[in-house]
Amino acid sequence: MLELKNISYSVKDEASGKKQDILKNVSLAFEDRAISVITGPNGSGKSTLIRILMGISKPTSGKIVFNGEDITGLSITERAQKGFTIAFQQPVRFKGITVKKLLELACGKKLDMNGMCDCLSAVGLCARNYIDRAVDGTLSGGELKRIELATAIAKGGDVFLLDEPEAGIDLWSFEDLVKVFEKLHEKTVIIVSHQQRILETADKVILFENDKPVSIGRGEEMFQKLTQRPSLCWRNVKEN
Amino acid sequence: MDKMDRTDEQLLETIADLHGIPEGSFNIRKNGKLLARNSGTDVEIVSKTDKDGIDIIVKPGVKNKSVHIPVLLTVGDFQDTVYNDFFIGEDSDVTIVAGCGIHNDTCGNAEHDGVHTFYVGKNAKVRYVERHYADGSGTGKKVFDPVTKIYLKENAQFILESTQLGGVTYTERKTYATVGKNAQLLVKEKILTDGEEKAITDFKVKLSGKNSRADIVSRSVAKGNSLQQFKSDMVGKNECFGHVECDGIVLDGARIISTPKIDAVSPEASLVHEAAVGKIAGEQLLKLMSLGLSEQEAEDAVIKGFLN
Ligand SMILES: Nc1ncnc2c1ncn2[C@@H]1O[C@H](COP(=O)(O)OP(=O)(O)OP(=O)(O)O)[C@@H](O)[C@H]1O
Ligand SMILES: [Mg+2]
Repeated sequence: MLELKNISYSVKDEASGKKQDILKNVSLAFEDRAISVITGPNGSGKSTLIRILMGISKPTSGKIVFNGEDITGLSITERAQKGFTIAFQQPVRFKGITVKKLLELACGKKLDMNGMCDCLSAVGLCARNYIDRAVDGTLSGGELKRIELATAIAKGGDVFLLDEPEAGIDLWSFEDLVKVFEKLHEKTVIIVSHQQRILETADKVILFENDKPVSIGRGEEMFQKLTQRPSLCWRNVKEN
Repeated sequence: MDKMDRTDEQLLETIADLHGIPEGSFNIRKNGKLLARNSGTDVEIVSKTDKDGIDIIVKPGVKNKSVHIPVLLTVGDFQDTVYNDFFIGEDSDVTIVAGCGIHNDTCGNAEHDGVHTFYVGKNAKVRYVERHYADGSGTGKKVFDPVTKIYLKENAQFILESTQLGGVTYTERKTYATVGKNAQLLVKEKILTDGEEKAITDFKVKLSGKNSRADIVSRSVAKGNSLQQFKSDMVGKNECFGHVECDGIVLDGARIISTPKIDAVSPEASLVHEAAVGKIAGEQLLKLMSLGLSEQEAEDAVIKGFLN
């Protein structure tokens, strides 16, 4: 069980010098062996929440409790070693580091062709074409997102934080992607997403709006609610 | 002839990937003297008579041959200047490996200055690999001041891969090239400095032939209090394309200074310069730390990849 207790996160606005709340008093629980999907409009604080869970941003106040242990003070590395694994919304590029090297750093050991294939085919990439490529500007946006997900799979862990993993992935690969999430079902999976198909796979949907969750419920029932709220910037794949 | 000892073997492995005596043509120089040589019919190696150095003659049409000409310096208070001329025959395709390793345990300076001139014939292809490395426990300086001159005839291609990954107290390398019609110069330079080390690299490239090309990519990492200076001066005298890229990572109190100059003398010339110097992007460290690496390990991984 992963719990957020009264988490707030605020930054100081550069121009006005005023305090700006990004997250305000958020309390949430993520059960083991469940897929939770966080959704909500742009700028509502979803990525901020993910970064706080990974230890990249420190909350201004509040606690993060994992299996009964307060982990608020743990560094990124410590959380990674405890089984927290993140796939970033905007994957970073490296000059010179190859896909192979990144996957090896992720799983902490040398990988042979089979190992490489396992990680990359899960995200629909053929290892042979990619392992020697640098994770740099020469990869397309979708390729980079797939490789980001592959590093998360290669690393493994108990808590997966996937920030818009479907963004930039072509529609035709969508079902394969959903299979990847379903395979993680034994773990604690938190996905930020705007896609109906991913909401449908969720055990729990959390709707964020203006710095906090405003509604939590089961997949289908939440979907009903959401489609009745045109104020949300809602994308529906099936209608396109 | 001197024998090779353990230090020599280690240096040879580092600078030329050699395990003992290489295949093909080679010339191994140690402390200013010839240690071993193999001169063949395809690639001939002849000592100069007027000064220290050798002529390396690659016969026209010779393909897929390699030449190793490593230099070892294992004493202090020694300055070794050597003049090597390479005559690369038309239509040939060769790899030349020319590393230099200094091991200096003394308090006297050890310096190797290689003056290398390449005359590359029509349609010939050369891959020139130059690795500079130094170690040793003494306070004596370990210095390289190489000069490389490259003349490319029509359709010739020259790939220069130069690497200096540590231990060199001071280096000032000068590279001059004249690129003829349809000829290509590709440079991949990697430099790592640390401590009080200083490295200066200076390129002067003349794109004189129609459709000539030059692509210079320099990657450098400066740690500690080290200083690096990158200078390039590219002149386009014809319809040509030139690209210079200087990418640097600075850590600690180190500095990298990049001074580009591009001069399109011909209005048909297209010359580009890119330079970026700065510390490691925070996002890169975060990503690697999220994979379980410590901050130091993440930093090392970024640098290793960058200089890969
Ligand atoms: N360091 C910061 N300084 C100022 N504003 C910030 C900072 N970090 C985040 N914000 C703001 O906080 C809000 C939440 O950002 P966040 O990235 O969490 O949104 P999100 O819900 O993930 O949005 P999206 O759906 O577009 O990915 C945004 O309005 C953003 O501009
Ligand atoms: Mg976001």
